[in-house]
Amino acid sequence: MQLGLVKGTVVATVKSEGLAGVKFLIVQPLDKYREPIGSPVVAADGVYMAGPGELVYFVSSREAAEALDPRFVPVDHAIVGIVDQVSVDRESGTI
Amino acid sequence: MKIGRVSGNVVSTINHPFFDGQRLMICDLINPDGEAAGYTIAVDTVGAGVGETVLINDEGNSARQIFGLATGPIRAVIVGIVDSVDME
Repeated sequence: MQLGLVKGTVVATVKSEGLAGVKFLIVQPLDKYREPIGSPVVAADGVYMAGPGELVYFVSSREAAEALDPRFVPVDHAIVGIVDQVSVDRESGTI
Repeated sequence: MKIGRVSGNVVSTINHPFFDGQRLMICDLINPDGEAAGYTIAVDTVGAGVGETVLINDEGNSARQIFGLATGPIRAVIVGIVDSVDME
């Protein structure tokens, strides 16, 4: 799982079967210090409550397909939690 | 499996039901020489603390087996605390 910042929403009317009602958000992956790493991705909202500006954590690949209900729908990133707090010990950090 | 070092934790109230009551730790992934190569957020099953070197299972099916589940959006799980690593 990785940290991410929700940057926006994506609306698609015509979608693959099983994706009806699934909300898609643009998520910028972050490192543990909340600095952006890599390019933004489109992630399905597995908690149904995430929105732009929120710090989240998300899963990728098969685990993303497991995060939604009904499960095993064609998504490759899914938000599975909204972050309240991140604590990082900079002394022990090696990045 | 990968070797990591716990460097922090994540607190979350609104999450997928699987993560209710789970401890989420931020782990730097390190090679056997101790150099970092990215990070992951892993579910802790052994009571690891910040600064400890840990063994991380980074595969979905074995992660679900650990929790006795057939389904669940889980992949990275801390499954051990490393005492030492010896390299030739």
